[in-house]
Amino acid sequence: MSRDPVERPPLPSVWQSPRVRALAFQGLALALLLGFGAFIVGNTVANLSKQGIASGFGFMGTTAGFGISMSLIEYAEEHSYFRVFIVGLLNTLLVSAIGIVLATLLGFVLGIMRLSPNWLVAKVAAVYVEVVRNLPLLLQIFFWYFGILRQLPGPRQSVALFDSVFLNNRGLFTPEPVPEPGFAAIPGALLVAVVVSLGLARWARRRRDRTGQPFHTVYVALGLLIGLPMLAAAAAGFPLRWEYPALEGFNFVGGMELIPELVALVVALSTYTAAFIGEIVRAGILGVNRGQIEAAQAVGLRRGPMLRLVVLPQALRIIIPPLTSQYLNLTKNSSLAAAIAYPDLVLVFAGTVLMQTGQAVEIICITMAVYLTLSLTISLFMNWYNRGIALVER
Amino acid sequence: MAPRAQAVESSTREALLPPVATVGAVGWLRRNLFSSPLNTALTFAVLYLLYLAIPPLVRWAFLDADWVGTSREACRREGACWVFIRVWFERLMYGLYPREDLWRINVGYGLLAAAGVLLFVPRFPWRHWVGLFLFVGYPIVAWYLFAGGRVRLSLVNAAVLLVLVGGAVARFVATLRGARWARAGRGGYPVVAAGLAAWLVVGGWGLGYAPLTVSFELLPLVETRLWGGLFLTLVIAAVGIVGSLPLGVLLALGRRSTLPVVRMICVGFIEVWRGVPLITVLFMASNMFPLFMPEGVNFDKLLRALAGVTIFASAYMAEVVRGGLQAIPRGQYEAAEALGLGYWRTMGLVVLPQALRIVIPGIVNNFIGLFKDSTLVLIIGLFDFLGMAQAAASNAHWLGFAVEGYVFTGFGFWLFCFGMSRYSQHLERRLRTGH
Repeated sequence: MSRDPVERPPLPSVWQSPRVRALAFQGLALALLLGFGAFIVGNTVANLSKQGIASGFGFMGTTAGFGISMSLIEYAEEHSYFRVFIVGLLNTLLVSAIGIVLATLLGFVLGIMRLSPNWLVAKVAAVYVEVVRNLPLLLQIFFWYFGILRQLPGPRQSVALFDSVFLNNRGLFTPEPVPEPGFAAIPGALLVAVVVSLGLARWARRRRDRTGQPFHTVYVALGLLIGLPMLAAAAAGFPLRWEYPALEGFNFVGGMELIPELVALVVALSTYTAAFIGEIVRAGILGVNRGQIEAAQAVGLRRGPMLRLVVLPQALRIIIPPLTSQYLNLTKNSSLAAAIAYPDLVLVFAGTVLMQTGQAVEIICITMAVYLTLSLTISLFMNWYNRGIALVER
Repeated sequence: MAPRAQAVESSTREALLPPVATVGAVGWLRRNLFSSPLNTALTFAVLYLLYLAIPPLVRWAFLDADWVGTSREACRREGACWVFIRVWFERLMYGLYPREDLWRINVGYGLLAAAGVLLFVPRFPWRHWVGLFLFVGYPIVAWYLFAGGRVRLSLVNAAVLLVLVGGAVARFVATLRGARWARAGRGGYPVVAAGLAAWLVVGGWGLGYAPLTVSFELLPLVETRLWGGLFLTLVIAAVGIVGSLPLGVLLALGRRSTLPVVRMICVGFIEVWRGVPLITVLFMASNMFPLFMPEGVNFDKLLRALAGVTIFASAYMAEVVRGGLQAIPRGQYEAAEALGLGYWRTMGLVVLPQALRIVIPGIVNNFIGLFKDSTLVLIIGLFDFLGMAQAAASNAHWLGFAVEGYVFTGFGFWLFCFGMSRYSQHLERRLRTGH
């Protein structure tokens, strides 16, 4: 009688090997994606050829033939669609930039107000945040544009501020600085002041690290930054003239004109985003450990240096990442301009140009690519800045 | 000899009351409003600003407002014309939906409310069934209730679908209840998925199976272009959230997958949609989706917008879910692996139930965002709550009442969003006490 052979486990099948499974699964996923892509591209090509639309970017050189109500660069109806694209892009960037600056200022004020020991101030800020945050942005844009700015009186009954800023249903009119010969000296002096201040700050930090002696860089730098350009201006005979808007006939002439669409959009975007930024700032300041403040007091720092050297750097570390996403949101939300006919990228390019040429695929892809690039650029920049102030573990 | 001053108190004294100025209303005022010269100045400044803002607002909205009437002539006073809202109320709520069919929308709301209430009753014995109905049955029932029209149902198709979907549902329920066949057997879901795929390849719904087709019309058709008002806003937000949840979970799992190809596809998808504004997505949906479809297949405008909103929302949902997945400690994954669970069971039975529970507040916040963003559909020509108010304000008979419309719709949106954000904060607090 022979002994039973040692029972061996059956060899696992190829399909039970994790590597084979992983490869198969990824192959399947890729095949599905490519199949879906081919399906869509095939259909699109068939549909386009049926409608007689030639694909490609040749249309960008064609004459546009329509006017745009506001442009930062020279634009006329004879210009090409490419020029329209640039005009729209610049308008989008303009409204985003102004919005980001105003929203940050208002947001920090709101965040600090919410932490105020004054009950009334804190409550007013809280009510503002809860109301504005919970209303759709589009509704707020409509409210400012159709509800307020469009209802304003005409130029003759403008709301005036110091007889130099006028608000009416045609827009906002402010004095415009006009440089005269010799103006270049002022920015030149400012540049020199910036360079000198930076050098001074470096030197002061080195000296403090070496000898422990503090140096009031801030005051000296402020003096330089304000004083040098003033000196240069005085030397050149104040080569800057303010051109005031003046009522002539039915409208204002001269000065800077901001169309009502731009004003409504900037106001709505910045007040809306400020509510979110206020909450971020509040959370950031509250997020600084109480022990840090007590330790700063214990080593004898006064209130100013304590905020500047201990609280703010740590609060900023918490604030920056969500602040970045708010900036991104504001930039993307500026596309709501299309709803009130502010000539941004979406309105003039993805709207009018698409309507005129029918090149839906190309135009939507370009528009999306622009926003994607903007988003990635802002987040790259903020990541770089964030790395600079991030906690260095020792 | 002069009596010596008593140095030791022989009896106990009553404790002194705190100074009047530190307790009660006076103390509160001193502490919170007048604690320093700066604070006092701030208090008076804010009070003055409130005095400038509040009385005119109250006069406009209530004291000087017109409340009754049926036409614009009823609005003769200085303040708001609420008659405008009163006249347009039905349109603002339901859009152009036929008046005699409004009960269908109300029944839909009622069903949702009833199921919602049952779901929140603690220890209700059939909660799982109610949840299942809400996410699987209700969308179908509600869609037919709202849209109606002739249904052509191939019995073969219906049977195939019923077996496959019913099998999956039964399998899911059995797992939840810990039935033996569900514990012992292998997956089961791959069989269903393969069956569905095969069915789609053969032709799916498009296959007529003419001899076996029944056709019936329980409710008359209401075209989606008639949908509007708050109803449409709710439909868009609900479809967006219900559709984006499963997609978002899959994308989040894909983003954390160890398979590089799958991970790259998911990262690309998520980052692209999160990097572009919703408007461009809606423009894409309304201009490019028709080009993507084979000839003859036609989506109506609402369906295209819904698809766009769902894709957009799923990218944001994926990031929320990813946060939950990252919060689950490694030990949970390792324990599931040690028990011999495969990938899908690890995720479905161990990780996701915990991860999803953590991110409920995030999901609610997402929903608030989606609810507010749903107003953008008015740019591609759908008349949602805000769009209807805008349309009413530009009606030739009712020009000049835009602000009343915005105040009313704003109040509606605010109620929903504020309520949900309070609910999400409440959940956050309740979930935090666990540790």
